[in-house]
Amino acid sequence: MAVKDYIRERFFPHMWCPGCGHGIVLNSMLRAIDALGLSKNEIVMVSGIGCSSRISGYVDFHSLHTLHGRALAFATGVKLSRPELNVIVPMGDGDALAIGGNHFIHAARRNIDLTAVVMNNRIYGMTGGQYSPLSGQGILATTAPYSNIDSDFDVVDLASAAGATFVARTTTYHARQITDLLKAAILHEGFSVVEVMSQCPTYFGRKNRLGSAVDMVERFKKITTPIGSKAKREHPELIERGIFVQKETTEYCSAYDDVIEKAMKGN
Amino acid sequence: MAKQIKFVQGNEACVEAAIYAGLDFFAGYPITPSTEIAELLSQRLPRKGGKFIQMEDEIASICAIIGASLTGHKVMTATSGPGFSLMQEGLGYAIMAEIPCVIVNVQRGGPSTGLPTHGSQGDVYQARWGTHGDHAIIAMTASSHQDLFQITVEAFNLAETYRTPVILLFDEGIGHMRERLVLPEKGEIPLVERLRTAVKGGVDFHPYLPREDGRLPMADFGGIHRYNVTGLYHDMWGFPSDSPPIVHGLIRHLVDKIHNNVNHIARYKEYHLEDADNIFISYGSAARSALHVVKSQRKKGERLGLLELQTLWPFPYDLVREKCARARFVLVVEMNMGQIVLEVKRAVEKPDRVVLANRVDGVFITDADIRNTLRIIEGKGV
Ligand SMILES: Cc1ncc(C[n+]2csc(CCOP(=O)(O)OP(=O)(O)O)c2C)c(N)n1
Ligand code: SF4
Repeated sequence: MAVKDYIRERFFPHMWCPGCGHGIVLNSMLRAIDALGLSKNEIVMVSGIGCSSRISGYVDFHSLHTLHGRALAFATGVKLSRPELNVIVPMGDGDALAIGGNHFIHAARRNIDLTAVVMNNRIYGMTGGQYSPLSGQGILATTAPYSNIDSDFDVVDLASAAGATFVARTTTYHARQITDLLKAAILHEGFSVVEVMSQCPTYFGRKNRLGSAVDMVERFKKITTPIGSKAKREHPELIERGIFVQKETTEYCSAYDDVIEKAMKGN
Repeated sequence: MAKQIKFVQGNEACVEAAIYAGLDFFAGYPITPSTEIAELLSQRLPRKGGKFIQMEDEIASICAIIGASLTGHKVMTATSGPGFSLMQEGLGYAIMAEIPCVIVNVQRGGPSTGLPTHGSQGDVYQARWGTHGDHAIIAMTASSHQDLFQITVEAFNLAETYRTPVILLFDEGIGHMRERLVLPEKGEIPLVERLRTAVKGGVDFHPYLPREDGRLPMADFGGIHRYNVTGLYHDMWGFPSDSPPIVHGLIRHLVDKIHNNVNHIARYKEYHLEDADNIFISYGSAARSALHVVKSQRKKGERLGLLELQTLWPFPYDLVREKCARARFVLVVEMNMGQIVLEVKRAVEKPDRVVLANRVDGVFITDADIRNTLRIIEGKGV
């Protein structure tokens, strides 16, 4: 099918600014779903609140646009009550890791089969450019006019430490890699996290003088490198891209099936 | 067949009723005095193939049940004071997105951590207005385990009928007290099942277009109809909209579907109202003491009556006005600083004849407490 067969054309044009990275994520995600040949009826997209979270309205799946930070909690209810569904959870960085940080680590700990996509633009886009837990020190934001003193999380380290069984990272420059990683993440049975470094030219870019959207995307090429590359050894400050964790352990819903079996025997 | 009779806590009666009503998904977080509901359901649900999950907090709990309701299940969560505060945003979401679910609040003393192991009825207004924005809500309560069973089943029925969250506002007294419960047989209390759309696949389905009777058929997530669900104002497809006619239409629909049906939603019991000079209005465990006083004073020839409210919200103003029309005084018996008493004052013709008999020190309100207020009204002093 063509990408347009997966979107709700009735609801376009979308609300994102020109040059926003969120559209690239949408496009790459639909390509992954198409490549996997999934039926639209078996996909549920659950999102929170933010520019990124509006993605769920545009896709022709079952879509649940929830509360700021709570997407993974809603998604847990959808998945556990109907484990055969593929549940994809796109989130902004603030959505996933500030207000939603607790749900993020607990979903990872449970290893419930959800595909979490962190659309990391290092800023709160929807509310107009405040710093997020992924902004990092030295960043300018509307709430950090003297430059940010908060340290940032590393999404990959955090997700891995919390127990996610599939953890990957890429950027909007590497659109094809987004598709590949999402394919693997959706197929993975367990909690998977894909961080996509994305650009918000309107706030993050403008505040921090990073140039146009194109400049910002090209910058992702310069500041990242594949995991374990020679470039990484020579330039340790480079951010690695690729799959960091991929392991098989018991998935939550299938573990609950065992609970049901035990409970029924004891009846 | 002999009826099954149990001797149980109120919380257990709630669990029995929820299972009777068809509950098959529960998410919760432990908190006194509601914890037994979660504990018992962790045992009972998987036995019937249902799901129980202990979430990381109450925010996650209410979100998880909303998600599970959308896949076509009957869902519930249970909590107390602080946890109910955390659920308010999710409650508003369920109202806005019209997702059937049942939320039990076994009330304890507040504000804040308050009095974890003591009873209170302090959350009546929180149930009404705890979540932000204009809205309507259904909240119900009961004073005995048999009634609690019935009301819990009806809460599930109303949630499905009106596509709305229903709050069960019990209290510590009822939750922890042990009492006889006769389990109704299957079919004895009618059950309302999910109304699913008959629209065929491939035909445009409007999840938010009410039928002529005001009801909105649903389609399960994972089925043939794909649609959007959001907490934003939305059009008939569930797509976000800020168009004034759409916003106006939706808020009116959300409020009207409950308030136009006050009489269908109102549940109450009445004792000796026919000839009563003075009427008690009470609910939940406080109504037990009120009923005692009615019975004992009647023996002494005093003409007292009791209107026990089981539906607190939407408040049955007309009902209260009618029932109190001939009363000299109306005494509202509740364990808070005066919440339902204000609604009763709004309902009756002579609000200055409405008096509060309350107790707020964590101790269950007694016959003596109520009698003292009666004496004051009658100018006898205590
Ligand atoms: C409980 C709550 N607090 C705050 C907000 C306001 N709010 C909406 S979106 C947002 C942050 C969005 O940033 P992010 O999640 O990083 O996504 P982006 O918009 O950058 O894609 C905030 C703070 C809200 N909607 N709800
Ligand atoms: S504000 Fe930023 S994140 Fe939001 S749509 Fe515009 S560019 Fe994208």
